Amino acid sequence: MSEYLLEVEHLKQYFNVRGGFFKTVQLKAVDDVSFNIRPGETLGLVGESGCGKTTVGRSILRLYEPTGGTVKFEGVEITDKNIGSLRKEMQMVFQDPYSSLNPRMTVEDIIGEPLDVHKLYSNRKERREKILNLMSLVGLNAEHATRYAHEFSGGQRQRIGIARALAVNPKFIVCDEPVSALDVSIQAQVINMFEDLRKELGVAYLFIAHDLLVVRHISDRIAVMYLGHIVETAESDELMTSPIHPYTRSLLSAVPIPDPETARKKNRIILEGDVPSPLNMPTGCPFRTRCAYATEKCAEKCPELTDRGGGHMCACWNK
Amino acid sequence: MVEYNKNGTPVKKPLSLQINLEKFEKATDEEKRQQEVMSKSTTFFRDGMKKLFKNPLAVMSIIVLTLIIIVIVFAPMVVPYSYSEILSVNGKRDKGAKNLAPFVYSEMEQEYIANGGERFPHIFGTDEQARDYFIRVVYGTRISLVVGLFASIIVLIIGMLYGSISGYLGGKVDLIMMRIVDMIYSLPDMLIIILLSVVLNQIMSFKSGSALSKIGTNMISLFIVFGLLYWVGMARLIRGQILSIKENDYITAARTIGAKPGRIIKKHILPNCISVIIISTALQIPSAIFTESYLSFVGLGVQAPMPSLGSLANAAREGLQSYPYKLIFPAITICLIVLSLNLLGDGLRDAFDPKLKR
Repeated sequence: MSEYLLEVEHLKQYFNVRGGFFKTVQLKAVDDVSFNIRPGETLGLVGESGCGKTTVGRSILRLYEPTGGTVKFEGVEITDKNIGSLRKEMQMVFQDPYSSLNPRMTVEDIIGEPLDVHKLYSNRKERREKILNLMSLVGLNAEHATRYAHEFSGGQRQRIGIARALAVNPKFIVCDEPVSALDVSIQAQVINMFEDLRKELGVAYLFIAHDLLVVRHISDRIAVMYLGHIVETAESDELMTSPIHPYTRSLLSAVPIPDPETARKKNRIILEGDVPSPLNMPTGCPFRTRCAYATEKCAEKCPELTDRGGGHMCACWNK
Repeated sequence: MVEYNKNGTPVKKPLSLQINLEKFEKATDEEKRQQEVMSKSTTFFRDGMKKLFKNPLAVMSIIVLTLIIIVIVFAPMVVPYSYSEILSVNGKRDKGAKNLAPFVYSEMEQEYIANGGERFPHIFGTDEQARDYFIRVVYGTRISLVVGLFASIIVLIIGMLYGSISGYLGGKVDLIMMRIVDMIYSLPDMLIIILLSVVLNQIMSFKSGSALSKIGTNMISLFIVFGLLYWVGMARLIRGQILSIKENDYITAARTIGAKPGRIIKKHILPNCISVIIISTALQIPSAIFTESYLSFVGLGVQAPMPSLGSLANAAREGLQSYPYKLIFPAITICLIVLSLNLLGDGLRDAFDPKLKR
């Protein structure tokens, strides 16, 4: 039995895109991504839009067939054959609480669906009890059970989605930007709920987000993604205070500070240009086209993640 | 310092910008309760039905259809004639009862009534073979409605299965299945119906008196043609719906839970396109009735003596100058049925799927 709950090794996820008549081009959404998650740990995954964060989460859950690499859960490699039973161990919370709940189902049926699929109850009464327990766990009233999803606010819908993910007692939940569709006050509630649930149930999260402060608050460790690659991982406070990779540094400098005095003094690192298209990736390091420190070496070979001390990993040729 | 008056409300100072609380009254318990109005939880179906019943045209067509159905169900119990019975009085054939106008008795019948006998009136008159026309129209309506209903159900089942498989699997499977649909779409349906009824007439033989032989091979070939050809429109429609519904996160969520494709289609996809299915089925019925009517009109429909609205209209063509009412009755019935089903379908569409409104 390994130390880690989830081990992702060299995960690759390419998509075929029509490039023209009779021509297909490969889109490298996720290219050689490796990371580990311990039981009960939260790994934050940040990066800008379109860098492959969501794809990583979905490939882990086998919603896509990965092009290459392995994902191990509790030391066992996930394949098409055993994914059926692993669906009880790994769940997902979705970004959009409006489209992730079936508008034709009552809350009771939405939360009860995982129980139905895995036959986790012996009679109707037990099913009902389990659903009501889950609802009180995420802070919903019992009288909400017979209502439909459209009768709830965004925050409440997200709670329903979380209750559905928790129904099978998973050990690991992929949270795919679970708070980015909510307003700030509700975000805080939902995030605190995630933390409470972790303390109570000991679930591990892969917490995908683009809001660095949210991620810092909830994560033990943070991984930064750029264009399908992980460029830096570290303990969350370590990453926030002493980032190494130039991309992480510029990302952190973009975090707004609610104090105009400090904000004015702060040195903003503004990146030049746009993110290259994943259809046409730069050679070598994916970040080199926008990096202020890029050298010829960066164009030749893609840097690997190397330990810079204390588990702080960074993929950059510069020391 | 805040001063309080004897009610316990703070007294406003003359220069203060605060609201004068003394001018306010405390809400009574009943008033408080009135604030807690919560709308009842409505389902999508109930909501749609409410909208449907607010549409006067749809309500009218529901009433008309209900009346027609009541008549065709109960009329044969009340009217003492059968659709193939040639009128007779006291066991003797009534030769004068041919082509009677509505509510007219033949000479023999008048004699019979004069002698104290009772005779049920011929509401729509009689036809050229001295059969009661009203009961023939009633049976014709029965046949037409049953054909419409069954044909739509056949179309619905085949179209739904085919469309949902094609839409859900997508990719190459979808491509091949849709090309087959295109091929079927391009076949001329009239020609196929005529060919099929000729072929089926040759190969099918039913025991006389059985239900199938009463319907006749033409009718069965009509059903087969509906089963073979007319489902393609429905299949295309459902496939399109599924393609768009499939992209929703709740489908991905169901897959994450570990639900099998069958369950996903049944529990998540079909309930979300049920409105489109209901609407297009409601609109399919009149088109099936129409097809049956024109096939019967050209002589490919039900077998004599079984009437259908189309064959009745066809038979009435010969004596059109002398007995125009024989064409009018079945024609009006077809119009009423088709019109009210179309209006009902439109009403359903507006109530359940406002996006589809033109």
